[in-house]
Amino acid sequence: MITVVLARVLGRQPIGWLQLTHNRTRLATALAGVAFANLLVFMQLGFFGALIGSIAIPYNGMNAEILIQSSDANTLQDGSPIPRNRMLQAAAQPGVASATAVYYGRLEWKQPDGTVRALDVVGIDPQALAFRSPEITAARGELALADRAIIDRRTRNVPAALFREIEAGHAYSIEANSHAITITGTFTLGGGFGADGYLVVSDQTFLRIFRNRSPGAPSYVLVRTLPGEAIPAVADRLRARLPDSDVAIRTIAEAVARDQAFQTTQKPAGIIFGFGTFIGALVGIVIVYQILATDVADHLKGYATFKAIGYPPRFFLGIILEEAVILGLLGFIPGLLASLGLYAIIASATGLPLEMTIGRAIAVLAGTIAMSMISGLIATRRLAQADPADLF
Amino acid sequence: MDIIDIAGLDHSYGQGETTLQVLFNITLCLGQGEFVVLMGASGSGKTTLLSLLGCLRAVQTGRVAVLGQDLNGADEAARIAIRRRVGFIFQAHNLHESLTARQNVLMGLDVHGRLPGSEAAAGRILDLLVLADRIDSVPATLSGGQKQRVAIARALVGNPEIIFADEPTAALDRDNSILVIALLRRLGSARGTTTLMVTHDPRIIDSADRILTMADGRITRDERRK
Repeated sequence: MITVVLARVLGRQPIGWLQLTHNRTRLATALAGVAFANLLVFMQLGFFGALIGSIAIPYNGMNAEILIQSSDANTLQDGSPIPRNRMLQAAAQPGVASATAVYYGRLEWKQPDGTVRALDVVGIDPQALAFRSPEITAARGELALADRAIIDRRTRNVPAALFREIEAGHAYSIEANSHAITITGTFTLGGGFGADGYLVVSDQTFLRIFRNRSPGAPSYVLVRTLPGEAIPAVADRLRARLPDSDVAIRTIAEAVARDQAFQTTQKPAGIIFGFGTFIGALVGIVIVYQILATDVADHLKGYATFKAIGYPPRFFLGIILEEAVILGLLGFIPGLLASLGLYAIIASATGLPLEMTIGRAIAVLAGTIAMSMISGLIATRRLAQADPADLF
Repeated sequence: MDIIDIAGLDHSYGQGETTLQVLFNITLCLGQGEFVVLMGASGSGKTTLLSLLGCLRAVQTGRVAVLGQDLNGADEAARIAIRRRVGFIFQAHNLHESLTARQNVLMGLDVHGRLPGSEAAAGRILDLLVLADRIDSVPATLSGGQKQRVAIARALVGNPEIIFADEPTAALDRDNSILVIALLRRLGSARGTTTLMVTHDPRIIDSADRILTMADGRITRDERRK
């Protein structure tokens, strides 16, 4: 059936298909090789996508349109503290509805078994609506009390039973930098590549946990614009009024883009995933080349005969590219299925936003076919060894 | 009309001190429909002559015209064009192991582009060679003689103007040898196909129109029988 369809499509006998299916064991091995290369690429792209996605998560949760952060900040975590006065200056500008300071710090949370979880601690003004999360908003009254916190229920490597107990009303105490904190609720956000999860506290509690931090130096300021105001115009206004020596004014979209660009090009994780994708593609090219080169070598006498009969060079190129495309297409399917399974397993285990997108699947399919064709073009060099003069 | 016209053909392998000349001043004409047998000891130059006339090698010195086309200085495209008008039967069957008998025979037709009725034509020639029941068999399941007949069918299915054959009946039993010889002779008389065949099979030699004998790279005898 497939032979008939391919013959119609190609306008000739599908020699490549017939060659590949003639040796089923070799075909299965070849497809496993292509699928493996696909899996490598999918996993690297998945991690890369998860990195991009996890960077955006805390920004997307901010109840703000503009972010004021230190001029040396590339991410939410790496900037110097900024003068709290910038919050007051920003709030006074036309077009600004509100401005609220946010404090950020990283906490090592020791578990009963001795292991450590990294938590990003976010200190907010309980009176302000710093985040969109209804759970955080609902917990503001509780957070206003001293040493209270709510925890991200997607925090990695913490037993789900603990979150269920907290949600059932059983407060849980932890030691935070030698300071006792009581966790009284949960919210949903999701950890990234840096920390295992988030802890939200009031600014006062934050300053008790991080005693070296000053109330006059928050990590960043979230700015809400008035309804109907053009966000870029308000951002420009803030840039004009606030000294650019110590703060940078960025819309949330700009801040996300800057953070993603920085972490994917300057930080090890992004570079590793990019390099991994390249290696995956390279492995695929090598595997497909080996398969096709062996196939050409095995059929040299047949090709020499076809040359003698009068088939031109493009005919042989067509056979090898036909094989390359078939290998790419058929190998892609198990590679995709295996990747979907691994995405689900890893996302469940890590809480990372590891998701297959149609765009990624199409891009990898196109890349696989291109990779296979490159391998095929390299393998055609062996065709020169098929000399019809040797047949007599 | 001369289908093959050769004058002063020399041919050598290698270069410099390792040059080995294998053909010396070959001059020969073959007419349309002639059934010619080429004989000679191993190393006498038969195979080289066959591969030069079949446009499988480039002509070095001398004048060679095949089917009216001068091969001196002919590029690969020109040689391919001539090869499409001739049929080759090799001593080894050289069938494609992944293709069935019918698919192998179709390769002899598809070189001209897939035409309506190709499948039927392939079936007919296989039937003529008593292979109708093995039409969908791959070479691995065929006997040596069956493979050779499929290879002969592949060479003949495109109605070639010349057939170059190297010991085509070596793998065939007596009945099949007679069948193949009769088929080649019938093509010669019906379609004017010229056949140049290397063989030592006395049954073929007996039925030849002309016998050429080579020794040490030269044609030493040209005997016209009919």
